[in-house]
Amino acid sequence: MRILEGEKVTKYFGGLAAVSKVDFHVDQGEIVGLIGPNGAGKTTLFNLISAALVPKPGVIRFKGEKISGLKPHQICRMGVARTFQEVKIFANMPVFENILLGSLFGTPTGMSSADAAREATGLLEFVELSAVRATPAKDLTLANQKRLEVARALATKPELLLLDELMAGLNPTETAQAMELVTRIRDKGITIVMIEHVMKAIMSVCDRIMVLHHGEKIAEGTPQEIATSKTVIEVYLGE
Amino acid sequence: MDRFGVIFKKPFMLGLLLLILVALATLPLYGSLYMVILITAILMFIILTVSWVIFSGPTGYMSLASAAFFGVGIYTAAVLMPNTGQLLPLPVVVAIAGLISGCVALLVGALTLRLRGIYFAIFTFGLVELIKQALLYWEFEVTRTRGRFVVLVDNDIIFYVMLAIFVVLMLTTYFIRRSKYGLALQSIGENEEAAAHSGINVTMVKVITFGISAIFMGAAGAVIATRWTYIDPYIAFNPLFSFLPILMAIFGGMGQIYGPVIGATIFAYLEEILLTRFPYHYMLIFGLVLVAAILYLPNGLVGLIPRLVQKWRKGGSAGQHANT
Repeated sequence: MRILEGEKVTKYFGGLAAVSKVDFHVDQGEIVGLIGPNGAGKTTLFNLISAALVPKPGVIRFKGEKISGLKPHQICRMGVARTFQEVKIFANMPVFENILLGSLFGTPTGMSSADAAREATGLLEFVELSAVRATPAKDLTLANQKRLEVARALATKPELLLLDELMAGLNPTETAQAMELVTRIRDKGITIVMIEHVMKAIMSVCDRIMVLHHGEKIAEGTPQEIATSKTVIEVYLGE
Repeated sequence: MDRFGVIFKKPFMLGLLLLILVALATLPLYGSLYMVILITAILMFIILTVSWVIFSGPTGYMSLASAAFFGVGIYTAAVLMPNTGQLLPLPVVVAIAGLISGCVALLVGALTLRLRGIYFAIFTFGLVELIKQALLYWEFEVTRTRGRFVVLVDNDIIFYVMLAIFVVLMLTTYFIRRSKYGLALQSIGENEEAAAHSGINVTMVKVITFGISAIFMGAAGAVIATRWTYIDPYIAFNPLFSFLPILMAIFGGMGQIYGPVIGATIFAYLEEILLTRFPYHYMLIFGLVLVAAILYLPNGLVGLIPRLVQKWRKGGSAGQHANT
């Protein structure tokens, strides 16, 4: 079943097409990788899906329902959560409350405070941050801040999770832990779209990969197909 | 922090609050008229400061519109309670004034809360001038009057209505801070984009909170109008009432619920004392106190308490440190 679909999704910044007529789809339960050189339009596409930006023209559908034109909080409550390339946490709030906010406000049906607290405690364990529960979020390491962002997104009980460069800036051990976290999230039954520059991670974790270049989708396929694709190699390495 | 915790245990705080409330409620029985009037003025500043903090404290949106909402309340009272004949009893007028101010804030908020940082501050300040100039034009061209007289009200009644507004405001503040909307407001101040993507309807939370804070400013304005008795646009929409609450909030410290209350109380009292004791050097001394407060009390007066407690503990438990 297609959980997310985009039709001729386009976004201009002034005269520049950041995303240009991109058709895409994501099936339920998949992990889809989104790669491309810097400035290819990957984050812009995430912003379009999560309603930080509105496609013009183009339509985005989530579970068959048109979601382009809605507000970010509505998208979140429908079941699409995201993280950010540069971590956006509530820096001066304790780790626990960062997550609690997600379950208090972001779930489709709403939650009592007791349920929300239980949910947040469970997620603290899931991302292995229980030990720093009361620490202000700004005092965490980058790797833990990223895990915190993931937990906050999961607290909104998403069906689709958009991960924007979860592994950027992490050391090899932390990257491996992040990969393991991604598969555990998928095992929960959550569909994932991830932007990533760490090729090892993308190749081993993703079921399918889309490649963006200058705002256009230039390739799509399994990790093997992408790794051997001539166009992709040209884009990344030159002729 | 244990000793700090023991001192400020809940029953103790509750008892202290009750004591203060009883002392205030019985003030007209034992206090002089001057005392009643002074405390009415202090309560007014507390209301302006605390209601400013409700919105601007957690969100970080620097609103300079306090004087506008305060002035709307003042003018509502002036229209509904002219000295030629009071149309409605004071509490009703206060409620109407609060509602009108709140509605103005909802409207303005819906239009402008997409502005951030300095642009929001400038717009809100412009609002004060806009309403003032519009009223001046109206009085000059249409009604051909200048200012209005408000009916005289007994000082004790003014005091009690102000006290009631203060109590309702403190309860409102307490419940907002404790509720999940308090958390939402804080998250908006921390990172508005992340808040929106975590499912918070940021526009609605901001606009409604802005409206709630304006209700109390308008109500306070309506009460104080009956004390001032003569009103014109320059008096009602004095920009000082936008700046003073901010200074008082910073002076007291915004981290705790009682910070702005303490700030406004001491600030207003200090102003009164300096004005009466040193009428010629009042502004100079006042300025020095402010500069000192900003330089040495980055977290306001309230920020001093943990620091003092820490110092006290260090002195008291010097022997224990050797062991640890």
